[in-house]
Amino acid sequence: MTDTQTMIKSARKKYSADILEVETKSDKRVTVTIKPSSLVTMAGYFFSELKFRFIIATALHTKQGMEIYYHFSNDPAGLILNLHVVLRGEKPEIESLTGLFEAANWIEREMHEILGINFLNHPNLEKLISEGNWAEGVYPYRKEFNK
Amino acid sequence: MAFKDFIFKKSLWLFHFGGASCNNCDIEILDCLTPRYDVERFGMILVGSIRHADVLLVNGSINQKDKVRLLELYNQAPKPILVVAIGACGCTGGIFAQGNTFAGPVDKIIPVDAYIPGCPPKPEAILAGIVKLLNK
Amino acid sequence: MANQTIIPVGPYHPLQEEPELFKLFCDGEIVKDIKWETGYNHRGIEKLSESKTFDQVFFLVERVCGICSTSHPFAFANAMEEICELEIPNRAKYIRSIIGELERIHSHLLWVGLAGHFLGYNTVFMWAWKYREPILDLFEMITGNRNSYAMFRIGGVRRDIPMDMIPEVRQKMDEFRPKLDLLTGAVTDDPVIHARIKGVGVLTRQDCIDFAAVGPTSRASGLNHDVRRDDPYAAYDMVDWKVITSPQGDVYAKAEVRLLEMYESISIILQCLEGMKKEPEGDTGIPLKNVPEGMGTGRAEAPRGEVFHCVFTDGGYTPVRHKIRAPSYVNIATFKKSCVGQTISDATISLAAVDPCYCCTERMSMAYDYHNGKKTLSGEELIRLSQQKTEEIRKTL
Repeated sequence: MTDTQTMIKSARKKYSADILEVETKSDKRVTVTIKPSSLVTMAGYFFSELKFRFIIATALHTKQGMEIYYHFSNDPAGLILNLHVVLRGEKPEIESLTGLFEAANWIEREMHEILGINFLNHPNLEKLISEGNWAEGVYPYRKEFNK
Repeated sequence: MAFKDFIFKKSLWLFHFGGASCNNCDIEILDCLTPRYDVERFGMILVGSIRHADVLLVNGSINQKDKVRLLELYNQAPKPILVVAIGACGCTGGIFAQGNTFAGPVDKIIPVDAYIPGCPPKPEAILAGIVKLLNK
Repeated sequence: MANQTIIPVGPYHPLQEEPELFKLFCDGEIVKDIKWETGYNHRGIEKLSESKTFDQVFFLVERVCGICSTSHPFAFANAMEEICELEIPNRAKYIRSIIGELERIHSHLLWVGLAGHFLGYNTVFMWAWKYREPILDLFEMITGNRNSYAMFRIGGVRRDIPMDMIPEVRQKMDEFRPKLDLLTGAVTDDPVIHARIKGVGVLTRQDCIDFAAVGPTSRASGLNHDVRRDDPYAAYDMVDWKVITSPQGDVYAKAEVRLLEMYESISIILQCLEGMKKEPEGDTGIPLKNVPEGMGTGRAEAPRGEVFHCVFTDGGYTPVRHKIRAPSYVNIATFKKSCVGQTISDATISLAAVDPCYCCTERMSMAYDYHNGKKTLSGEELIRLSQQKTEEIRKTL
């Protein structure tokens, strides 16, 4: 069993209630879909306990709602692990990760500006790139879907 | 026109304004100062303040925030001033013209006297463009 | 503490005037806080990418940044090849690595020049940029352009480096090495430079982890990570090279890491040229039929650190979502730790040591009084202060 497989197995055992799905594309690319309420616990596990490095977060608007992928890197193994959450509903919101690491600060501000996702307990959810560039309340990366 | 010819006869002082650019053009403009192209032998230098400048070099696709600054800069510039739009982005907006923050190519914001296209234009092209402008 | 008023001396300096990037709040001489304002360079590239076909996206992402222009297509190609499950031919891998390493050399030389200028060593600036020119000539010979090379496509590279061009590339590398020795010696042997940059702008290892810093900025604080070794792509696992790190975390360590990385780059290029001789000429890529639905994450080691691209496709002709993260996005945030507590004259070199990619972010810095928020010093005045400090130190040594 490879290191990645061992790691996934023990994560699944420890957090069976939080993990919804694991997709292993290869030994170096894994996506773990979790419940939005478990974000801080799972991110804490990978960042603080397993010492993964936070790369960045990608947010996109799909038919399911707002999806966010938090990308973590395990440098010694060359592994990219994506923590995937799906936020449904009219007012998408999720807990901020700034309590765990400072690197989440700017990217959460940006995701808030481009998609309108609210990050709870973020220290200063003010504009990063949009001031003067587009109007208040406009979320340029949102899409229209035909039902 | 005699006054304008008189003041632009000697060495020109350049001021550079970079809009929302990828920096290729900025680096090529700075390259003009380096020993291979050495624009200083013509007496041209890059100055730090628009109030000392004879030529305003603008590059980059201008976004909404830069538009405000560019207008302010142009108003502060001592007239007459020659404006040169450098690079594909300065001339027409280039590849960023359909972006959601694009605020029009330079000539929609301030009057432009010369265009130097290229992505980026080589330092030889920039110098040739400025010399051509002088001889106009 | 009263404001400092400095009369602007219409200075000559080769740096661009740009809207405020960093606002340094100062109490007397010491920087107490830093605020960062941005948005001036925002071009909506991620959104533009959704309206371009996959081949057009290469031209778009090349222009995210001019200095690390190859790293973005590199990461994007890696992401797309993950979605399409393609393995590119060896010759294409070697060519990609050669272009990537040549870019690393020219980018680090650019940084050495700018750092020299900030410190008041204008000769270093002129010489570093002069020695960049043969590298740019090489680019022009191989790709046709000095700065945006358009060499990448999904499945390989667009142009070959023919066998008869290889000796000239090798010769230019051999000519470059003694010049690199000269520049390295200039930095490592000069006591004034040591006095100026040792112990300045220190970033601890823990800060790097907290801010998720990457590249030479973090390798100079002892973090041993490099995408080329950890998650190998192109030809990096087919040649011999080592990752350079340094434990101190100050500006000197960052300069040292960058200078030594250039030697490794020369070695990688020469090995790739050797390797290419065994591969059939013209074997530059495999054709692409169509792009399936999926998600790809690709990364590359740019001169400034890890570039990360995440692409979502749905079987159509354009990406559905294309996330781009440049290394400067995470590195610049570290100024909160490395610049606060420094004197104003050290502020510019501490900021510059992070090597902010000027278009992944912006350029200028200004000083404000900590107590009343009034602007005290402009960007070029800060640079002038830095240059004056070097002069003063030189007189004492």
